[in-house]
Amino acid sequence: MGKYIIKRTFFAFLTLIAVVTITFFLMRSIPGDPLAGMARALPEETKQAFYAKYGLDKPLFEQYLIYMKGLFHGDLGESIRYAGRPVMKTIAETSPISGLYGGIALVLGTLTGVILGIVAALNKNRWPDYIVMFIAILGTTLPVFVLISLAQWVFGVKLGWLPPSGWGELKHMILPIAVSAFGSVATYARYVKASMLDTLDQDYVLTAKAKGLSDFQVITRHVLRNSLMPSVTIFAGSVVGVFTGAFVTERMFAIPGIGFYYISSINNNDYTMVLGTTVFYAVLFIVMQLVLDIVYTLIDPRIRVSGKK
Amino acid sequence: MQTIPKDKFTIVGVEPDSADIIARPPINYWKDAWRRFKQNKIAVIALIVLLLLVFMCIFAPIFSPYEYETIDKEARNVGPCAAHWFGTDKLGRDMFTRVWIGGRVSIIIGIAGALISMTVGCIYGGIAAYFGGIVDNIMMRIVEVLIAVPYLIVVILMSVVLEDSNIGTLLLAMTITGWCGTARFVRSEMLRIKNEEYTLAAQLLGVSPWKIVTRHFIPNTMGIIIVNITFSIPGYIFSEAFLSYMGLGIQPPGTSWGALASAAQSQFTFYPYLLFFPVLMIALTMLCFTLIGDGLRDALDPKARK
Repeated sequence: MGKYIIKRTFFAFLTLIAVVTITFFLMRSIPGDPLAGMARALPEETKQAFYAKYGLDKPLFEQYLIYMKGLFHGDLGESIRYAGRPVMKTIAETSPISGLYGGIALVLGTLTGVILGIVAALNKNRWPDYIVMFIAILGTTLPVFVLISLAQWVFGVKLGWLPPSGWGELKHMILPIAVSAFGSVATYARYVKASMLDTLDQDYVLTAKAKGLSDFQVITRHVLRNSLMPSVTIFAGSVVGVFTGAFVTERMFAIPGIGFYYISSINNNDYTMVLGTTVFYAVLFIVMQLVLDIVYTLIDPRIRVSGKK
Repeated sequence: MQTIPKDKFTIVGVEPDSADIIARPPINYWKDAWRRFKQNKIAVIALIVLLLLVFMCIFAPIFSPYEYETIDKEARNVGPCAAHWFGTDKLGRDMFTRVWIGGRVSIIIGIAGALISMTVGCIYGGIAAYFGGIVDNIMMRIVEVLIAVPYLIVVILMSVVLEDSNIGTLLLAMTITGWCGTARFVRSEMLRIKNEEYTLAAQLLGVSPWKIVTRHFIPNTMGIIIVNITFSIPGYIFSEAFLSYMGLGIQPPGTSWGALASAAQSQFTFYPYLLFFPVLMIALTMLCFTLIGDGLRDALDPKARK
């Protein structure tokens, strides 16, 4: 077990280095120049000074080595577009905002989705099932920007209950949370319903019923435990989705989160910022997967055997 | 009990071969699957709606009196009427034509994206599973690295790097790591079949590896792969819509459902029909593929058979 974890951690680390390397060279191959976005006519000396400041005048491979060295010291460099603003600081300031509303949305959405999925599975082909499936279909067939537009219009403009966009107060958080949660509600409701119907068909459930256990006990003891396993897998993905999937949400609600800055730094050719944020995302993703793998081996003994291969 | 006179009976005789005559036409896996798919009414309706959408995408722009890129200053922001069924946009372009032209792009991206990533994934996963050992280990490590970069980030980075956005570059951006999930899943599926008794039996009987692959591996994974293709198509259409919203999608005058919807999204309180039709098409297509996928899964996957 311990050996397995050490091995996984080592590979996660290698993966991380590979990801950073790929992203670094990808970013440098993007056509365009961070200077082009700021001012057109700069004297040649100023340009040279600028390139020298960010090390852009050095050979590509040397830049890479410098970057990697900084990375191991927790230094992601300084934003090219906004001089004097370290990338690390921007991430540290913006990611909690994304994490806050995204996290609440994720927890609420997952819980609601799981409950709705259970309700749908237990009432298969009756009206609660149809309602839940309608919600799930709505959540998976509409592009998120359309959903946001509609929500902003209905609750922000027509009814006037909530501010359509902005950030700072509690009331600003309600709509983004609701919209982000809606997506997870749809996904989880479908997954949980499917896996629960699967479990209900299993022989051990029949045995449990035949033993004379009450329905409640059968469901909580035997069905739920086994049918929630697939949800654990998608949960790890959704945690990263809290940060990455929020590009559209943050842009439309004008939330100063990390997704918002990511997109604007891409448009500005802000190399260091894009690279730093990508590294941040990748670290998050890799760590989440590592945790998931370990959690999985703890909760499912079957994987402990096959996971070693 | 009534007695029946003997002369009521006649001897018809017994032909020993008659027991072996196949009375009904033989049903193979695909016919059987199709028969089961047909029984699923919802899936059939979804298939018909989808075919209708595809039909309109192909033929509507040809027969429409308007070109999708022709600007008409006289007819700007016209609501749906007899001349312009879906209205016109702010440049006076006919939305009916544009929606179907956009549909071509969206559906092509969806289907081609799913097919490309499925093909690459199958070959990659198949090779890894077949050779196993060190080859498998290295190949899967590579996949792990590629999967570790969040998908949307890869798509965004790639579309920025590729600069010029047409269907080809968009597909490349979306499939460059999109196949990894498939590769993983095909590999595990192949490994499962590799351990089945019938594969072992075939190996013991001295069947050549090539024949085992073509006779056992491929037919046994085909069903699940088809189901997977169906389910992943909506994902590509969605990704394209997302890229369009970011301004990284198909560039004007070309268009797609995602591009139409994101262009209309900012002014939909004034011109709701501009948003309504593209979004309706996206939603319908998503729904159809999902429902068809459900039907196909029930029809093709023997394990899900009830």
